[in-house]
Amino acid sequence: MGPLEYTFMQHALLAGLLAAVACGIIGVYVVVKRMVFISGGISHASFGGIGLGYYLGINPVLGALFFTVASALSMGVVTRRTRLAEDTAIGILWAIGMALGIIFIDLTPGYAPDLFGYLFGSILTVPSSDLITMLILDIAIIATVFLLYKEFLALSFDEEFGTAAGVPTEPLYLILLCLIALTVVVLIKVVGIILVIALLTIPAAMARQFTHSLKRMMLFSILFGVVFTTGGLWLSYELDLASGATIILVSGALFLASLGFARLHRRKQLQQPSQRG
Amino acid sequence: MAGEEVVRLEDVWVHYDGVPVLEGINLDINQDDFLGIIGPNGGGKTTLLRVILGLVKPSQGRVTVLGSTPKRRRKFVSYVPQHSLFDQDFPVSVWDVALMGRVGQAGLFKRYRKEDNKAALNALQTVEMLDLKDRQIGELSGGQQQRVFIARALVAEPKLLLLDEPTASVDAPMMTEFYELLERLKQRMAIVLVTHDISAVSTYVDKIACLNRRLFYHHSKEISAEELEATYQCPIQLIAHGVPHRVLKEHD
Repeated sequence: MGPLEYTFMQHALLAGLLAAVACGIIGVYVVVKRMVFISGGISHASFGGIGLGYYLGINPVLGALFFTVASALSMGVVTRRTRLAEDTAIGILWAIGMALGIIFIDLTPGYAPDLFGYLFGSILTVPSSDLITMLILDIAIIATVFLLYKEFLALSFDEEFGTAAGVPTEPLYLILLCLIALTVVVLIKVVGIILVIALLTIPAAMARQFTHSLKRMMLFSILFGVVFTTGGLWLSYELDLASGATIILVSGALFLASLGFARLHRRKQLQQPSQRG
Repeated sequence: MAGEEVVRLEDVWVHYDGVPVLEGINLDINQDDFLGIIGPNGGGKTTLLRVILGLVKPSQGRVTVLGSTPKRRRKFVSYVPQHSLFDQDFPVSVWDVALMGRVGQAGLFKRYRKEDNKAALNALQTVEMLDLKDRQIGELSGGQQQRVFIARALVAEPKLLLLDEPTASVDAPMMTEFYELLERLKQRMAIVLVTHDISAVSTYVDKIACLNRRLFYHHSKEISAEELEATYQCPIQLIAHGVPHRVLKEHD
């Protein structure tokens, strides 16, 4: 058991697990409520928070936390309350967030040595303090989804009916966007801002092929997330490749394989009744 | 005669982008009413329902639902929308969809309780969909889905049931069954049925209103030829479609 003796490897594995939990749960909402684009916007805008962290001399992950929640809320309000088309508004805020990040880093004297890590992931350099932040965010996500499960289901399935039934759908939607923001922050260290969207979509999309229950979809998707992060990490260690990108490629490859598997499975199901008849 | 007043609209106007969609609507609906609202597509029928639900704010006029504002009374009003608003692949079972009708009553942060489950069971039984309760909603036919959505509206045990073009995806044999279901339900709640299908509605409802931005309604099934003409603008075409408008007058 060579690699597991190193602390950085243990941290990396833990980070992968914590990330799998967050993206497993929230990714399901992102996929079923079709919020992939706004999630992309939120994750890229978080770069502004990383920049702010450098500028203020605090931990960039903490900077990202506040900035990402703020940008998720403003995206939610702008897309709901103004007459701008939703994707236009997201596109604009997406770019503004990234641009702010670049300006903040420009204004910060000296180098930003681990900047690349925030963009593309640096799972091998996760300090304990970040693991604790990730754990707290995971707990916040689980608790919120536990308390608001039936409301989130109503919101995702048929928002108008939910509103008509007396559910405060708009505040709930904003809360869901905040949870996406928290998930993005959990994932930044693992795969980086640019690749976050993959872990928010692939495990959930894959889980969807195997179940028709939202709860089971969350469990499966956490499980797939664990397989992806652990498998990707191991492979990147063996082949000496960038870990974030390897995790994503492992996820993508397994997802494509599952698509093929699901297709074969469906064809079999279709053939069975015709043989009987 | 007429029981408790459920809905009252006084001189209600709705504008979309400055264009009037509803003009000076006056309407009151009582506890025991089964009202059919007919009118051409784009005549504001759905908007009228959305006003009663508090989903659309009138630019002028007053809306009272059970003595309060529509928003405060949402738990007593149920709605069967013009289907197809959801994703057919959505991972949710028939049972969970029906239970969703209780989401307002059950209250924030709480789980569904025994009485919620009981209401869902009864409602699915009423629409004869209990056997399919574990199926994914998208696996059902359009007509079956529509029944589930009616169940979802019924689990709330509402005082007012609003149905928006409920027969759009229902096939002919199920149509009669569907109207008979409404016949039974009207003992328990006021029903408003919106449709552009006059012939179907005229045999079952107790009262008919015509809506094309303006509303013509006399608390009866009587609609004059002039009013129909004003509603549809093209009465000849209407009759040519095989809608003998004497049906509206001759009933019982």
